[in-house]
Amino acid sequence: MSTRLATGGRLIDRSKPLSFTFDGRSLGGFAGDTLAAALLANDQMLIGRSFKYHRPRGILASGVEEPNALVGLGQGPRFEPDQRTTTTELFAGAATVSQNAWPNLDLDIGALNNLAYRFLPAGFYYKTFMFPRFAWKHLFEPVVRLSAGIGRVPKDRDADRYEQAYDFTDVLVVGGGVAGLAAALAAAKGGQRVLVLEQTAHWGGRAPVDGIAINGMPADAWVAETVASLAALPNVTLRRRTMAAGVYDHGYVVAQEAVADHLPGADLPRHRLWRIRAGRIIAATGAIERPLAFAGNDIPGVMLASAARDYVVNWAVSPGDRTVIVTNNDDAYRTALALHDAGLVVPAILDARAKAAGELPALARARGIRVLEGRGIARVKGGKRVKAVEVCAQAGEGAVLETIACDCVAMSGGFSPVVHLYSQPGGKLVWDAANGMFTPDPARAPTGADGKPFVTCAGAASGALQAADALADAHAAGGGEAAQAPRAEAAAEAPMQPVWMMPQGAPAKLRFKMWLDFQNDVKVSDVQLAAREGYESVEHTKRYTTLGMASDQGKMSNINGLAILSDALGQPIPATGTTTFRPPYAPISFGAIAAEARGEIFQPLRRTPMHDWHAAAGAHWEPVGLWRRPYCYPRGGESHSQAVNREVTNTRQNLGLLDASTLGKILVKGPDAGRFLDMLYTGVMSSLPVGKCRYGLMCSENGFLIDDGVVVRLADDAWLCHTTSGGADRIHAHMEDWLQCEWWDWQVYTANLTEQFAQVAVVGPNARKLLERLGGIDVSKEALPFMAFTEGTLAGIPARIFRISFSGELSYEVAIPASHGLAFWKACLAAGADLGLMPYGTEALHVMRAEKGFIMIGDETDGTVIPQDLGLGWAISKKMPDYLGKRAQERSHMTNPERWKLVGLETLDGSVLPDGVLAPAPGANPNGQRATQGRVTSTYFSPTLGCGIAMGLVRRGPERIGEVLEFVAAGKSIPARICDQVFYDKSGEKQNV
Amino acid sequence: MLTLTCPCCGVAAEETELAPGGEAHLKRFGPGASDEDFEGYLFARKNPKGVHFERWRHAMGCGKWFLAARCTATLEVFGTYKAQSPEPPPEIIAAIKARRPDWKGYS
Repeated sequence: MSTRLATGGRLIDRSKPLSFTFDGRSLGGFAGDTLAAALLANDQMLIGRSFKYHRPRGILASGVEEPNALVGLGQGPRFEPDQRTTTTELFAGAATVSQNAWPNLDLDIGALNNLAYRFLPAGFYYKTFMFPRFAWKHLFEPVVRLSAGIGRVPKDRDADRYEQAYDFTDVLVVGGGVAGLAAALAAAKGGQRVLVLEQTAHWGGRAPVDGIAINGMPADAWVAETVASLAALPNVTLRRRTMAAGVYDHGYVVAQEAVADHLPGADLPRHRLWRIRAGRIIAATGAIERPLAFAGNDIPGVMLASAARDYVVNWAVSPGDRTVIVTNNDDAYRTALALHDAGLVVPAILDARAKAAGELPALARARGIRVLEGRGIARVKGGKRVKAVEVCAQAGEGAVLETIACDCVAMSGGFSPVVHLYSQPGGKLVWDAANGMFTPDPARAPTGADGKPFVTCAGAASGALQAADALADAHAAGGGEAAQAPRAEAAAEAPMQPVWMMPQGAPAKLRFKMWLDFQNDVKVSDVQLAAREGYESVEHTKRYTTLGMASDQGKMSNINGLAILSDALGQPIPATGTTTFRPPYAPISFGAIAAEARGEIFQPLRRTPMHDWHAAAGAHWEPVGLWRRPYCYPRGGESHSQAVNREVTNTRQNLGLLDASTLGKILVKGPDAGRFLDMLYTGVMSSLPVGKCRYGLMCSENGFLIDDGVVVRLADDAWLCHTTSGGADRIHAHMEDWLQCEWWDWQVYTANLTEQFAQVAVVGPNARKLLERLGGIDVSKEALPFMAFTEGTLAGIPARIFRISFSGELSYEVAIPASHGLAFWKACLAAGADLGLMPYGTEALHVMRAEKGFIMIGDETDGTVIPQDLGLGWAISKKMPDYLGKRAQERSHMTNPERWKLVGLETLDGSVLPDGVLAPAPGANPNGQRATQGRVTSTYFSPTLGCGIAMGLVRRGPERIGEVLEFVAAGKSIPARICDQVFYDKSGEKQNV
Repeated sequence: MLTLTCPCCGVAAEETELAPGGEAHLKRFGPGASDEDFEGYLFARKNPKGVHFERWRHAMGCGKWFLAARCTATLEVFGTYKAQSPEPPPEIIAAIKARRPDWKGYS
């Protein structure tokens, strides 16, 4: 069993006991524990179940590479699945639950999959669920969904807050182990700004656990001294609990700081996402130990040798009473020494190498520990916990030589440098055959904006696995002189010997039980099967078998897996290569990615000057871009459609008031402004007299309609261009693009004045009466005819009046300074009470424009429609030699008479056509789909006519007036007659009074 | 995430402050142009792996368009220059040649 040792533990504070729960059971730990250490101290080796076979899963590692020991942590709105117990610091009251087990961890129904392992091989899903096709949706998917995923999705809104911050540094050192500290000190002495990030709560990394001496003092003391000197330097910033997740182009780094994970209840953001720009990055990220592939290597109680040592030295936790060590290198002997020195029993060290003759094996032998050379594990015995190991010859096929009783196995397959941050931005690796690892190739490092390398690996991450080499390497990476490098003293290690399978001639029966990816249940047999089935690329094999796709992202499994694949393909490991390293290095929280951008500040809300009045009047809102516009103003118990009908009828019979402030207003001014607008619009704007308005269309160079609006000639050299509500910023940018990049010698200024003016549309038969009551400007038919503009003082407020109409009624649009918007709106309401004045919203606006057959950008246009399709030929100049889109509109496809063109549509029974429905045509299109001949672009109930009205694009539409088309909606056919698109006041006498 | 220096305001701007605008130095063809010339202007883009000239706008900054010479494979930036340039200026050409001796030159 695993338990707490009576003494020791360099990271725990025995004076601060903490209680927590696991699956409802109350357990105790100490401040400084990780969840994993505390669980182990309570003999809780079984933590969860694997993904596919629901195999029992225990603690395998002691750090970020842990694939098994994930739990659900927290309660209610603070619950979060898949929390890694090996990196989560214990806090008082932590509530944890096991995952992927039902009804409970010890008795799990899903474990039946385990008995069926022969029928669930690699690619099982691809092979099984292909046919029949209908079965996927109705049979397979619902079942697969139930068993998919590890952990439970939180149901409540996250109660914690998160934030983001920016930082800038000359040198970023990632990793606060001895290599990182040495590199940081060397770099800081050069005077550069240095930022050091350490993912755990502690400086020093593995060196203190490994018993290394630096500059003649114990590693712990050297670390404390170095951290103190760094902290004293003004150009150095040290951050613990901060994990660099990704390195991107030009030195951009994303890191997550766990600010308050260990301080629940503190008034702090839980996580802080750092967005860092670094001139140079030193990745002192260390190395991760690899498991060995032997049968039963996934049984709880089998763990990495370095992790077993960590639990004893850091947290005074014994992983087992009797621990068998199995290794292919000298480093694992340090675990044997640590366990032995803590009073625990190491029955044997199984060394796969033919000879174990180094300094460390000698130290083990001197303590009386049995060292068996050329031996390996044939099979681990046990179910939910290791009971014994069967010993075999590594060179053989697994014949059992002896059985050793034990409750823990500490394994070491060598180390893999953590090259993620170097590889993410494109750094290339080389294969070090002697040490069985990929290391950074300094000749092919990732390069930055200046073309020079910007990520350097230092220490173990660069392949310098021995302490003395690592420190010298890191000191040099920081720019230090060799003579001043810190000197490490450690036992010399003999060479390791790569072992990818144990024993090397293992038969299928054993290979079926050798795990590579512990979380996703990928075994040696699965990778070999993939190779037999033709998966030669490591990237394809990964996706086929799911090797390395678990939440540890292959930190444990990738190198072993690609070694097995290379062997099966009969090629050297570098020929197979690695999968792509992608950020994040370890998972970061969605909360930190979103940070403050949630709720009301997810995106800005634009308000017109009259916004609060609309809200007080009970407006039902419609989002238009970032604006909110009143859709309608329901009164009493009115439904929205009742309100819209009332607003339309009242505007047509009496008087309506619309807040049109969101309309885009761009001032175009200068000696060449007229010439510029002639290029921008399809119609001539330079000839527009001062004081007049003209409707204009804008197209892209592709010929397609992008915006429309009324242009006003304010003065000789100044035009005001109205754009659609959503289009102001886009059209302003479009203007600037052409001015700055094509016609840069033209003297034109543009200014987007959208928010400088409020705009109110006064619409209806009583519109003129209202403006006359407000007083100050002559708005008679003679003084201000249709499509004219004037300015002056209206109701005591400086105002511009445009006599334009989007409704077909007598209509004035009044622009006033934004600061006067609300006052003017209220003045209109007060003066118009007895004229039947009512405000109306965007839906009434839409209905009225559709009754008049006016187009709306985004309804009648979709980026493939040219003005000629919409019967807008009258707004296109035949005389102008050029305008944006003119050449494109001359292309054969654009002049094809078969194009779909705008018409009106009326159903035979007066009903409202569904929006967007298609009219099928006989035959099929070139893709074999049913041919179509038209679609509905706008459709409304018209309260004025008492029936449905619609517009649509129909093949050769205007030539087919009177024809009846069958539109199809939800399998039902709806006949509609093609008609003129103007449904109301065709002669235009209502607006022209 | 790229950083490019805006030649108008001098700010070393991060990619989130910039809006991309595609290939630089396109020659506009309008009415009267042949189908081939117009098609080339509208659709044919170089898309090289290596030295490339691009349009960028300092959209969240000074608002000005500018041009950048950049390696699409390594993301090395050879320089930025004003949008009002019919072709890459000599100092940009020299900077590219210094870093890419095999480069065939702007065409």
